[in-house]
Amino acid sequence: MRSSSRQGPRAGIGLKAATLGAVLFLHVPLLIIILYAFSIEERSFQFPIPGFTTQWFAVAWEREDVRRALWLSVKVGAIATAAALVMGTLAAAAVWRSRFFGREAISLLLILPIALPGIITGISLRSAMGLLEIPFSTWTLVIGHATFCIVVVYNNVLARFRRTSRALIEASMDLGANGFQTLRHVILPNIATALLAGGMLAFALSFDEVIVTTFTAGQQATLPIWMLSELIRPRQRPVTNVVAVFVIAVTFIPIVLAFYLTRDTQDTAGALK
Amino acid sequence: MAGEGVPAVTFQGVCRHFGEVRAVDEVSFSIADGEFFSMLGPSGSGKTTCLRLIAGFERPDRGHIQVHGVNVEGVPPFDRDVNTVFQDYALFPHMSVGENVEYGLMIRKVPRAERRKRAEEMLGLVKLDGLYARRPGQLSGGQRQRVALARALINRPRVLLLDEPLGALDLKLREAMQAELKTIQRQVGITFVYVTHDQGEALSMSDRLAVFNHGRIEQIGAPAEVYDHPATQFVAGFVGQTNLLEGYLAQRLGGFPASYAVRPERIRILPAEAEVPPGFASIDGRVSAVTYLGANSRVEVEVDEGGRLQVVEQNVEGGMAMEGRAPGTAVRLVIERRHIQAVSESR
Repeated sequence: MRSSSRQGPRAGIGLKAATLGAVLFLHVPLLIIILYAFSIEERSFQFPIPGFTTQWFAVAWEREDVRRALWLSVKVGAIATAAALVMGTLAAAAVWRSRFFGREAISLLLILPIALPGIITGISLRSAMGLLEIPFSTWTLVIGHATFCIVVVYNNVLARFRRTSRALIEASMDLGANGFQTLRHVILPNIATALLAGGMLAFALSFDEVIVTTFTAGQQATLPIWMLSELIRPRQRPVTNVVAVFVIAVTFIPIVLAFYLTRDTQDTAGALK
Repeated sequence: MAGEGVPAVTFQGVCRHFGEVRAVDEVSFSIADGEFFSMLGPSGSGKTTCLRLIAGFERPDRGHIQVHGVNVEGVPPFDRDVNTVFQDYALFPHMSVGENVEYGLMIRKVPRAERRKRAEEMLGLVKLDGLYARRPGQLSGGQRQRVALARALINRPRVLLLDEPLGALDLKLREAMQAELKTIQRQVGITFVYVTHDQGEALSMSDRLAVFNHGRIEQIGAPAEVYDHPATQFVAGFVGQTNLLEGYLAQRLGGFPASYAVRPERIRILPAEAEVPPGFASIDGRVSAVTYLGANSRVEVEVDEGGRLQVVEQNVEGGMAMEGRAPGTAVRLVIERRHIQAVSESR
């Protein structure tokens, strides 16, 4: 606990070395993946790379299978995120505002998909879809991804709600605003950054999801699925790395942004209770 | 001060129960137009629930509430001509001070220029000139309180509800704001319904006050009336200091074995064996303790026949030179009979 406070004791040399080691172990492989995207060698991974080129970015962009996978990933991520924003916010609002029978149970059920192993969610969804004879489509993927996207939005928005005084809503109504006006002028501005952060996290999660996707995709390939199949039977190896670089960027940037968004607003939203 | 004609607010047999708890239990009263009316009581006595019933955040289980002669059953808060100053101010954190103040006008689609003008006027009224662009988070507690007041008053409600608005302020600021609120109320001429648990606040500001206990009103009246003639033991004890006389002391000083209340400052201390003036009751005892309080001192007297009385004396002479007040001194206490107030059991 003490080391987390600003004026805690200085870390010893051993601890520093261990920390550095862990950070390197975790992140050097990432750098190497990125490096290989620029290699001229296309059959195998060679270190150090025999030569530097940016041609694979153009090649990757031209490939029909890459484009199709990218488009599917973006589509599924966007729809699942949009659905999660609406449903997650509504669920958070209900749990925050009112006490009702089964409130705790609903709260638990909402969080469950993120606690359950993805493979369980995937298998159960697949068997349900099988039973109901729902053919695999973009929508089965959207349903699968929405299960964990909702959790992220729900958690973010509920945390914000809990730091928001209920009296704000009463104050708004007292000053003449009806429910819709209160939603627009008071509630949404107050949870805007939480929505943005939750939405970006949800999209990032969806964009690199593999397990639930495997069970709900059928013959379709999202970007991560495409990468997996590419590892098994490679063709122009560095193209996979180019895609990997792209996936890192698309998932990393929103998560960093989401982190800063929720961090900076913590004080202002909480200051007035 | 109280206007003629239709009362601003009327409660008729209003009940509001939360499960087993009778938060408001058969409450009836009426508040005159333009009156400064306080609802005083300990926490959980039902005063805030009454305020929320007027605002429309709660609905009565039974009884009728009228605002300016109109039944408000089923009228939502945003359609009522009343505004509230909330206990924790409930300022919108994402808006500037000016936008907070203008909120009601913005909702009513008043043009921007007029909104701005009226907001600046209101900020002037509450002495916050020049703070239009600030954020609520940058203000002190006292300033936030003023913003909340301006935000409510700008809508020119016919009734302003204030829920312990000074509760979070320190003593000096609270006293200054008390005087200021009273001045503002006179300026704008709006009915103020003021909820507080601070009896000093209620006495100094109100035209009339209602004392709440366990969801019921124990007494309604002008401050001096409630203070001088408390109707019940509870009122006598809650509003100001009091000596509650029961048993022997009641029989001796009041004449009946009932309950009586005597304010400590209405008892005079005379030397032992002094002559009792006509119209006064008297009792003998010994000083048991003296507490110096600055402006006055509290003298505790052990009555010879048993029992204890508190006397508050003004420190007119100054210093600690209180001759004849040393503990153990024999004294004779005299009380004008009209100040011995019969009180009933609390309802």
